[in-house]
Amino acid sequence: MQQNALTTEQVRALIAKGKLKDTIFQAMGILCLAIGLVVIFLLVGDMVMRGAERLNLDFFTNFASRRAGSAGILSAWVGSLLVMTVTAFAAVPLGVAAGVYLEEYAKRNWITEIIEINITNLAAVPSIVYGLLALGIFVYQFGFGQSILSAGLTLALLILPIVIVSTREAIRAIPAMIREGSMAVGATRWQTCRYHIIPYAMPGILTGVIIGLARAIGETAPIITIGALTFIAFLPPLPFTEMAPGVTAGPFDWLMSPFTVMPIQIFNWTSRPDPAFEINAAAAGFVLMAMVLSMNAVAIWLRYKMRKNIKW
Amino acid sequence: MSLSKNSGPHTVSDRLAHNALRHFSERLIEMLLFAAAAVSVLTTVGIVYVLVSESIHFFQNVPLVDFLTDTQWTPLFDDAHFGIMVLVSGTLVSSAVALLVAIPMGTTIAIYLSEFSNPRVREIAKPVLELLGGIPTIVFGYFALLMVTPLLQKIFPELPGFSLLSAGLVMGIMIVPYIASLSEDAMRAVPMSLREGSYAMGSTRLHTAIHVVVPAAFSGLAASYILAISRAVGETMILAVAAGMQPNLTWNPMEPAATITSYIVQVALGDLPHGSLGYQTIFAAGLTLILITLAFNILGQWLRRKFRENY
Repeated sequence: MQQNALTTEQVRALIAKGKLKDTIFQAMGILCLAIGLVVIFLLVGDMVMRGAERLNLDFFTNFASRRAGSAGILSAWVGSLLVMTVTAFAAVPLGVAAGVYLEEYAKRNWITEIIEINITNLAAVPSIVYGLLALGIFVYQFGFGQSILSAGLTLALLILPIVIVSTREAIRAIPAMIREGSMAVGATRWQTCRYHIIPYAMPGILTGVIIGLARAIGETAPIITIGALTFIAFLPPLPFTEMAPGVTAGPFDWLMSPFTVMPIQIFNWTSRPDPAFEINAAAAGFVLMAMVLSMNAVAIWLRYKMRKNIKW
Repeated sequence: MSLSKNSGPHTVSDRLAHNALRHFSERLIEMLLFAAAAVSVLTTVGIVYVLVSESIHFFQNVPLVDFLTDTQWTPLFDDAHFGIMVLVSGTLVSSAVALLVAIPMGTTIAIYLSEFSNPRVREIAKPVLELLGGIPTIVFGYFALLMVTPLLQKIFPELPGFSLLSAGLVMGIMIVPYIASLSEDAMRAVPMSLREGSYAMGSTRLHTAIHVVVPAAFSGLAASYILAISRAVGETMILAVAAGMQPNLTWNPMEPAATITSYIVQVALGDLPHGSLGYQTIFAAGLTLILITLAFNILGQWLRRKFRENY
């Protein structure tokens, strides 16, 4: 023992070495974080610089064109908006219902277990596989064709796990006494869910929905797979307007219309050899980034606000 | 409940009827909610059905041995070859590049945020990482093609305009947030007492992090790596934009190559008739993609079980 004992200097040297390693590692951690931050800045900065000359009102009101200078994103942003509408209308009710079922109704048995494992696994399925699913089922089996409806439903399936998981987490944070109180005054299970659980879980659910939609609006691969066109110079028919002489559009005709979306428009422009289209791609990319980042920022803010406000 | 006013037999039966109705609607609602939850199972069934049924047609025309051993992938030529290894090589090389970036970077960030940084840095860093993870992949593809590739060409002048390297690097950056955030959650779940024990023995923070916290959180770290692999293997747009789409059996990241996913995109952009052999190839490719993802997932589950620490 006595021989192994270190002198004070040696101990000090050891401590200094340990501290140095700590500091080096800390610097590496900060460096890695900084790389992430730099990438975001480079991305946004580059897109703004390159795309600035095209970022004007005409860009938003012009259709795609073979001439880069007059090409715009009208059909793309309208398409994205309509597809997101379908996605939200399909994914929110389904996802919330599934989340409520799993938290409030499901018995602990093998069926529930299969559903839960399934949801976890679906979250790891590559998005292009959803595109193949949609191509086989929605486009050909159901005969929806390469329409806004097919695309919206595909993206709804894609973000369903996100909505379900966030619904479940939000519900799990509600203490049991809320349910007990509601049931003690004679409410049924559904009444408890309808008037207490779902309203109280709403901020959490909303956060999940926004994050899901932000993911969906940037998704390209599944929509290309179902066969969205890359060159669309018209808008889906507005309900009750005249499409052709004597033909009035029904309220839901737009669902079956061919379409394009923002990411596909960007992909189309980046894959053209003419560098003039790079400017368009940069401008459209900036618009898409702005949409996605602001949606994410709203979600993050909502969650932050929620964490601060809730006191049971 | 007071019996004085409403105690006739009539009202009781009314109340019972109401009760029965209420019971019925409760059951109905439960069934509807269950149906919503079952949609996720139906999705999986649908995926398996579509991929397998179309692939069966494909393998009736192309022998499985050719599919696995042929060294050319030219499904749309007159002299058609269907060697999936060509696409698999592109997928594996780009994923390897991505993971070589993402795993060290993501783990370092996770350790830093969980063991070193003060809470205020964490409060800011996590949302920033989330924003990075939320950037659409097509934008990353644009970034890889028009910024990273020119930058890399300054270092490697012989690098072609499309390469697995630049696509893989950007893919790695894209995956970092997933690894960082999941690993950080896992490390923060390690009980404080373990760290305190280590500190009490005179360990430094780094020593504690590497020898105590990381082993204890290993199953969570493994889960985050598996997710990262799934992301990398399934990533599409970055590769379609920045790695070129010509099939190329190569293990060299400096070359352009098609991957399973970018091939699917390429076919979908064209106008192949429904039911043709070319149309079926994308489902066979999709099935291969799912099987690769599944293989990595099973491997990961096994690793997790083997190294799970109980405390």
